[in-house]
Amino acid sequence: MNLPFSIRFEKRTDDVPKWLPAATAIGSVVIAFLISGIVLAFIGGEPLRVLKFFFEATFGNWAVFSDTLVKATPLIMIGLACSVAFKMKLWNIGAEGQFYAGAFFASLVVLVPLVPPDAPKVITLGAMVVMGMIGGAIWGFFPGFLKARYNVNEIITTLMLNYVAIFWNNFWIFDKWSDAGFQMTPTFPKTAWLPRLADLAREYPVFSGITLHVGVVFGIIAAVIMWWVFKRSRWGYEINLIGDNPEAARYAGLNITRNIILVMMVSGALAGLAGMSEISGVVHRLQEKISAGYGFTGIIVAWLAKLNPFAVIIVSILFGALIVAGREIQPAGLAYLLQGIILFMVISSDVLLRYQVRIVRKEQETV
Amino acid sequence: MADTPYAVEMKDIVIRFPGVLANDHVNLTLQKGEIHALLGENGAGKSTLMNVLAGLYKPSSGMISIHGETVNFNSPKDAIAKGIGMVHQHFMLVPTQSVTENILLGLDDPKFIMNLAEYDKKILALQDQYGLKVDPTAKIWQLSVGEQQRVEILKTLYRGANILIFDEPTAVLAPQEIDDLIQTMRSMVAMGKSIIFISHKLQEVTAVADRLTVLRKGVATAEGIRVAGVTREKLAELMVGREVVFRVEKKPQKAGDVILSVEGVSAENNKGIKALNNISLELRKGEILGVAGVAGNGQSELAEVITGLRPCTGSIKINGEEVANQRPSKAIKSGVSHIPEDRTKVGTAPNLTITENTIMKNYGDAPIGNGWSINFTEAREYARGLKKAYDILAPSVRTMARKLSGGNLQKVILAREISSSPKMMVAVQPTRGLDVGAIEAIQTLLLDQRERGTAILLVSEELEELLSLSDRIAVIYEGEIMGIVDAENADINEIGLMMTGTKRSEQ
Amino acid sequence: MNFEIILHSGLATGTILLFAGIGAIFAERSGILNLGVEGMMLLGAMAGFSVSLSSGNAWVGLLVAMFAAGILSLAHGLVTIHFQADQVVSGLSLTFLGTGLALVLGEGLTGQNPPLIPDVSIPLLSQIPFIGPVFFENHSILVFVGYLFAPLSWYYIHKTRPGMHLRAVGQKPSAADTMGISVYGVRYFYTFVGGCLAGLAGATISLSVSPGWYSSQTTSGQGWIAIALVIFAQWNPLRAALGGYLFGAIRRGILDLQGPALLFGFANPLYVNSNLGFFLQMTPFLLTIVALVMGSRAAARKRLGSPAALGVPYVRGERGH
Repeated sequence: MNLPFSIRFEKRTDDVPKWLPAATAIGSVVIAFLISGIVLAFIGGEPLRVLKFFFEATFGNWAVFSDTLVKATPLIMIGLACSVAFKMKLWNIGAEGQFYAGAFFASLVVLVPLVPPDAPKVITLGAMVVMGMIGGAIWGFFPGFLKARYNVNEIITTLMLNYVAIFWNNFWIFDKWSDAGFQMTPTFPKTAWLPRLADLAREYPVFSGITLHVGVVFGIIAAVIMWWVFKRSRWGYEINLIGDNPEAARYAGLNITRNIILVMMVSGALAGLAGMSEISGVVHRLQEKISAGYGFTGIIVAWLAKLNPFAVIIVSILFGALIVAGREIQPAGLAYLLQGIILFMVISSDVLLRYQVRIVRKEQETV
Repeated sequence: MADTPYAVEMKDIVIRFPGVLANDHVNLTLQKGEIHALLGENGAGKSTLMNVLAGLYKPSSGMISIHGETVNFNSPKDAIAKGIGMVHQHFMLVPTQSVTENILLGLDDPKFIMNLAEYDKKILALQDQYGLKVDPTAKIWQLSVGEQQRVEILKTLYRGANILIFDEPTAVLAPQEIDDLIQTMRSMVAMGKSIIFISHKLQEVTAVADRLTVLRKGVATAEGIRVAGVTREKLAELMVGREVVFRVEKKPQKAGDVILSVEGVSAENNKGIKALNNISLELRKGEILGVAGVAGNGQSELAEVITGLRPCTGSIKINGEEVANQRPSKAIKSGVSHIPEDRTKVGTAPNLTITENTIMKNYGDAPIGNGWSINFTEAREYARGLKKAYDILAPSVRTMARKLSGGNLQKVILAREISSSPKMMVAVQPTRGLDVGAIEAIQTLLLDQRERGTAILLVSEELEELLSLSDRIAVIYEGEIMGIVDAENADINEIGLMMTGTKRSEQ
Repeated sequence: MNFEIILHSGLATGTILLFAGIGAIFAERSGILNLGVEGMMLLGAMAGFSVSLSSGNAWVGLLVAMFAAGILSLAHGLVTIHFQADQVVSGLSLTFLGTGLALVLGEGLTGQNPPLIPDVSIPLLSQIPFIGPVFFENHSILVFVGYLFAPLSWYYIHKTRPGMHLRAVGQKPSAADTMGISVYGVRYFYTFVGGCLAGLAGATISLSVSPGWYSSQTTSGQGWIAIALVIFAQWNPLRAALGGYLFGAIRRGILDLQGPALLFGFANPLYVNSNLGFFLQMTPFLLTIVALVMGSRAAARKRLGSPAALGVPYVRGERGH
């Protein structure tokens, strides 16, 4: 190649412009859509029609937008779960299992039952929130403990526990709590349902059919709390320090073992809360396939949001839309593909944050 | 002379990195059969210039010729083919592979299947020729630093190098080992090799080199002048750009009560090999105890067991309180501050700000720590105070640590460690890799602490530094204390012997 | 519960883990951690199945499977070697990408019947009592390839010049670089090799060991188990092969527990309540965790470690190499 200029990557010496991270994130998504469109066209699809369909099916009217938000709700919590773990460079990719564990433990409140069936709604829901978080935290504890004590790779353990959680769930819904032999439990009593906007349809007819539930508020509250933790709290400072340089953290007297376990438990608890919110707000029973791959999509959400809690909310809405549309778009793997390309684009674009791209004329080089 | 081409001629070399001009129109000539010293402070651009000659970097502009032939290296392979070999300061050896494997690395022979035993013999023959003994089947990690250096030299000789570059080769050696190395270099020159010798130590340069080139901040302040007839003072001035005071002022002072007492301490290093063997020593208030030794003889481990970073057997008491095998936080609470050996890997967090780095050990204490939260306004105020007091050069306290120069990074660490008003301080290689200005500043800060009554354990590989700062010097060899001498009337030869394993009483 | 059958089937399913695991060993020995094995395997399984169907030749399918997964792995190579992105995140995105591609391109393959890699018996050797039927009778040709591949890989890594260069690049890239070895070149090459072998592992499933295309169920997490196997095997191909076979046998043995009505003379609870089978399905994943804990503890005790530069991007002249 004999071009009159050459493209050079040079290490950034100055600060990254404030707008650049957001710009690369948005650019990544746009380019990912373009590439997926090309793949789709290549295999004989019609990218533009799919795109049009995508927007109509997800942001077209209040009812579908509500569906999008409903799918975004667990993603917010799982995106936060991944963010807190990734901040400390703990690769928790077991949010899927922690989600199932949360759902299972929250269901125990109704199935065992842990509170009397005629207990007030607040008590039942409160108990489910607590149990959901405990379930997720337990699922996060084991990999955290193994990592902290025996330096066992948490990527593998969290991932393996995903499968374990799903089989565990299956046993109970197929066996003990099966609803007349179906692979699901009976529907929960209404006291175990999170309030939905549709519940207000009698007073405000606009809300009829709007499935958005209180879970989204959980997500927003969690985001605010995590923002405070990351930016203002002592614990957030410890997470930052350990994440950036564990050797320095140890030298500064921080308890790394305890923090690894704690972070994994908090991460698990957030994912468990998402599981509780999903069965209590959407499915209203424990059954198979309650997650549309939320645990994995949450990883991409966290990364695309650069681990910023408020950005997690916005990115979750985009991915909620992808899930809503993905249910109807053929072929079925397209949503997966798009997610993979987005994530690839995001991490590739990170190079722009570390390097400056310069176009240098050939003559200049030799001067 | 004019007819014989230079072994190496580098002309108008410019090397530019983003934001830095590492070498600015530098000329260097090496005659066949001479030892040419390349002198300069840390960061003056010596290694960069030599990395260009070794084919690792391409110069932005300039011309290089080897034996009169203009060359253009695209990779280290090209440089090796022209007979250039570099003995790197940080050894370029694969620790898990054998000596022979390391020597064969990157060569075209053996082609595919390796019969190592056959090559072991070849390497033994080469060793005999140059008097560089080392077991060819040993793994690199099992070798001492001096032996590893021999492997580095053998690597270049095996490739038939006739132009050798030694990058700060003496930094890791004991005085007697340095003499051996100088002998080796002399005999190589006698066999017709040409040598470039990078150093920042004046006495070595004047002892070994025929001619020298001095670099200061990327610019050559002397090009190929003869060593004979140049004074050390003149050289120092060429190197630093101003007159240099060689000794910092140390006031005589009586040591106080015992602060630290170490008794019968043994510990393992990261490879599970015994690194400390039954060490005992005492450190008193207002005293600097220097620890001398060749790198890797247990100094780092000693610092780590005292600061709680490494498990050990035996007893370590600070003010009578046992701190051995406790958490690092225990030592910190007992008033031990620690200037770690590696300021980037251990001492600081690169992507955190100066503020976040200065509060690393007191973020929980009021007024910075406030219940569960941190008052970052207070923290920044605190960091600004330190930045001013310790003259840390940075745009603001929000600057990330990785953007600081070595000297400023070290000042951040010192500021943090001193501001906790410690009873005791463990300082490991506090001035390594810094320029003269920064070295002076750091040494002065340490002496100030001594005057304030802090007990200081100073680990250093620079004997000069130990002699000028310490009250007493303990010499460590293979994890054992060989003897403790008063710095005032210490005999360098005696210390050198102890550094290579002779106990004080045996002399 | 037939010991012979369990071992025979263990060797067959173990071959999948053998290829994927040794592929990961090659990549990791060069310093590249590629967590995308599952995605690459799935793409390989799909590509092999699909091309075997369209070309009518299983071997062509096998080659395309290797090539497709190899190409995919180069995306990981580009992002981690040249752009120095985090290898963990890049590997995860490769999983998504591979899975997505396989599912999109694999539409409509379920239920098809392409030509498969044939099973063969080795004459004479298969006559040996016990050993013959277990090791040499009615195995896919790929199982026999596996027998040779593991020791050859070991020999290549430890006893040949390119193997020595591979180890050097993974342990101390700067040393290799100064001796004129192209660190980036070596890393790209072995990332590609790792991808090809993951693709081979995928095609081993879909064209041989459990033939068929069942979308993402085809690999069912074996790519991840292969990554764990590498740690358990301490980056040694021979141990990876043994671990793979052992794992395959245990997995088969556990599933066989469900068959008999009586177990050691007692009523078999697994036979009475088939739902308890879910616990059996969990066991391979729990076993992986156990193996990983054992591997990590052994590594800590013997102070063995992963290749020193594993997961660390190489930049000439930067500290820490």
